[in-house]
Amino acid sequence: MKQVILAAHFPGVNNQTVWSDPASGSQIDFASFAHLARTAERGRFDFFFLADGQRLREQRGRIHDLDVVGRPDSLTVLSALAAVTTHLGLAGTVNATFNEPYELARKLASLDHLSGGRAGWNVVTSSDAFTGENFRRGGYLDHSQRYERAEEFVRTVRELWDSWAAEDLVADPATGTFAAAGAGAFAHRGAHFDIGGHFTVPRSPQRHPLTIQAGDSEGGREFAAATADAIFSRHGRPEEGRAFYRDIKARVAAHGRDPGSLKILPGATFALGDTDAEAQENADHIRRQQVSPQTAILLLEQLWNRDLSAYDPEGPLPEIDPDVSEESIIKGRTRMSRDPLKTAAEWRALAEAKKLGIRDLVIEVTGRQSFIGSPARVAEEINESVQSDAADGFILVPHLTPTGLDEFVDKVVPLLQERGVLRAEYGTTTLRGHLGLEGDV
Amino acid sequence: MSAAPLHLAVALDGAGWHPAAWRDPAATPKTLFTAAYWAGLVAEAEHGLLDFVTIEDSLALQTTRLDGADGRTDQVRGRFDAVLVASRVAPLTRRIGLVPTVTTTHTEPFHVASALSTLDYVSAGRAGWRVQISGRRAEAAHFGRRDIPELRPDSFDRPESVRLIQELFDEAADAVEVVRRLWDSWEDDAVIRDVATGRFVDRDKLHHIDFEGPRFSVRGPSIVPRPPQGQPPVTALAHSRIPYEFAARSTDVVHVTPHDGEQARAVVREIRGLAPGPLKVLADLVVFLGQDAGERRARLDGLDGAVHASDAAIFAGTPEQLADLLLDWRRAGLDGFRLRPAVLPADLSAITRGLVPELRRRGVFRRAYEAATLRGHLGLPRPAGRYAGSRR
Repeated sequence: MKQVILAAHFPGVNNQTVWSDPASGSQIDFASFAHLARTAERGRFDFFFLADGQRLREQRGRIHDLDVVGRPDSLTVLSALAAVTTHLGLAGTVNATFNEPYELARKLASLDHLSGGRAGWNVVTSSDAFTGENFRRGGYLDHSQRYERAEEFVRTVRELWDSWAAEDLVADPATGTFAAAGAGAFAHRGAHFDIGGHFTVPRSPQRHPLTIQAGDSEGGREFAAATADAIFSRHGRPEEGRAFYRDIKARVAAHGRDPGSLKILPGATFALGDTDAEAQENADHIRRQQVSPQTAILLLEQLWNRDLSAYDPEGPLPEIDPDVSEESIIKGRTRMSRDPLKTAAEWRALAEAKKLGIRDLVIEVTGRQSFIGSPARVAEEINESVQSDAADGFILVPHLTPTGLDEFVDKVVPLLQERGVLRAEYGTTTLRGHLGLEGDV
Repeated sequence: MSAAPLHLAVALDGAGWHPAAWRDPAATPKTLFTAAYWAGLVAEAEHGLLDFVTIEDSLALQTTRLDGADGRTDQVRGRFDAVLVASRVAPLTRRIGLVPTVTTTHTEPFHVASALSTLDYVSAGRAGWRVQISGRRAEAAHFGRRDIPELRPDSFDRPESVRLIQELFDEAADAVEVVRRLWDSWEDDAVIRDVATGRFVDRDKLHHIDFEGPRFSVRGPSIVPRPPQGQPPVTALAHSRIPYEFAARSTDVVHVTPHDGEQARAVVREIRGLAPGPLKVLADLVVFLGQDAGERRARLDGLDGAVHASDAAIFAGTPEQLADLLLDWRRAGLDGFRLRPAVLPADLSAITRGLVPELRRRGVFRRAYEAATLRGHLGLPRPAGRYAGSRR
């Protein structure tokens, strides 16, 4: 039986985060991060996962104000979490577009040492001139260039990680040799990076911290298949999950890699209850908290690409069509649909058929929890998804900070452990070890 | 305590500041690249109730040459990212300030601001920033984005070298300005969690910083809410006029390197004359402490094959003698000292367990932490946000 890989996503910045719940705590105090990470480690999760942002979102020229907008620097928080956990992997998103390989390779290798081999990097890129306004690098790259640069970026970072051989750190007072001659020497010449010199971090415990990739386009899938150790996917439902899984594993094999060397981890949400009916009630309650009346209008605006602030959240959908011009009222996040006119027509038909106002329609169409049910049902569905190759595991996104994982760890984790598909104790100390990727570097 | 308290920091670097420190019998060279090593050092510094530790860093391998690797295998080579080291030890300590070194020459001010804000959060108000520039061509080659001429001993005073140094410090001043604006870009009470209106933040309390400079422009606001200290203290090491001007204009704490009390007086007078506001001036000293300090120093010099020289004065003697020297130099107007232990952890322990009790006996050093933040230790007030009250 396949082991279920589990990661815990810190519920950060978006409308999945329920901040209005009385149980919701700080999204920025370190105590919140420590609580979630310790809970994940108590549940014997593989890793903790932190997303990232480099510019506050704007809509209609105003800073988004309806959900959590502030977050800490990923790698800095992860390094602190290394002090309050012992086994849990620590993975963070870092944008390759607005960083340089030397500096980022150093930070990731440092984190790998400081955590004893638990570092992971979710490689994202940006084509966003809006975000670029916060950086020297400024500008942006078009879509094809993004992955080309990202691929060279990852390759360069790995060259830097390899610039110290395992035996280069000698530190022998008897012979007076601290480091081997030539330790850290590197030279990389490519289309995007032409750099050379000496790297400052000796070989880290994992040698190559785990790399995770999240892009879903053709370019993104190829990039992941060629280089990544894990994919953070959006395809959590069984049928589309299996199709994505088959596609990616075939691409991995086509790159001459063992298909098992890339783990497919959809993001997933959950709602629990003592009974399935109670869980469904909880799920509905969470969705209504996630989509406030104001959030409903704002989410609708993201499809319509128009100012809809005059509309009643409980009233009918706009009769006016979406604005499909290139001009976007949303900054810092992608448009909701590739074909807004078609999607709007579908939404209107659905609202008509089910007699839904704007808010209820938005709740209906913008997603439901991936797993809803009693702990037994949720454990069964997670395991079934993994055993049927819809996924290798899941990156769980709780809706509450910092206690959103408590109930899952208390009630679902023991059932997965009983089935023998989730470790009862850590058998390894590194993130690669947990994922069975130890020999891959 | 008599008059103002004496501020005392230690500078942590590798196995200590003597190039052969790692070969001292008391050193633990095989542990340098572990979290436990750094956690132990910072805990020891906190045991001594020191104001803060600085953590050295650079985006190039250590070298004895002015520019480029020297190929030596008999000295410590390699180091971690200093911000991540500081963050790693923050949850294991409670009071001591944590001041990593971060260069402004090849980094993004937006990233630097975010990382240091985050360090301030994970340490509950104990972060600082030691600003550094790099004029090394070898370091620039690690980034491949700008060309810097090679530094040579005979080139320092040439006009083009002076221009380059000025340019790098001007860039540093811009970077500090951007970072401080980003720290202020969220007002302290921007998070409102107003369920009635559905708003998590009051967007009127978030501010674009709109910095425009010759080298970079940054729009803002920060991605991180205003850090606990408002603005973590900014420090810099300065040896001459251009860095003095930078430190006086851009930092809260300046580390200087006089070699005697007279020089200390001159340096303090020069810097205070340049500073528009309050600025803490701390003198750096490399220290070998103990009855055998002189012998240890000679033995390490022998192992390294050279008499150790430093930008800072080198002291070798007993804690009592060092206390005498510090109190003598302090009369020059210094606010305190940043000691560089020659061998770690031995000379650090001698500071915390020998020097500190001696200074206490003389009534010039704290017996308990009286504040919870680094600003608090330094007696620096928490700054109001510059945008508070203004509307976007």
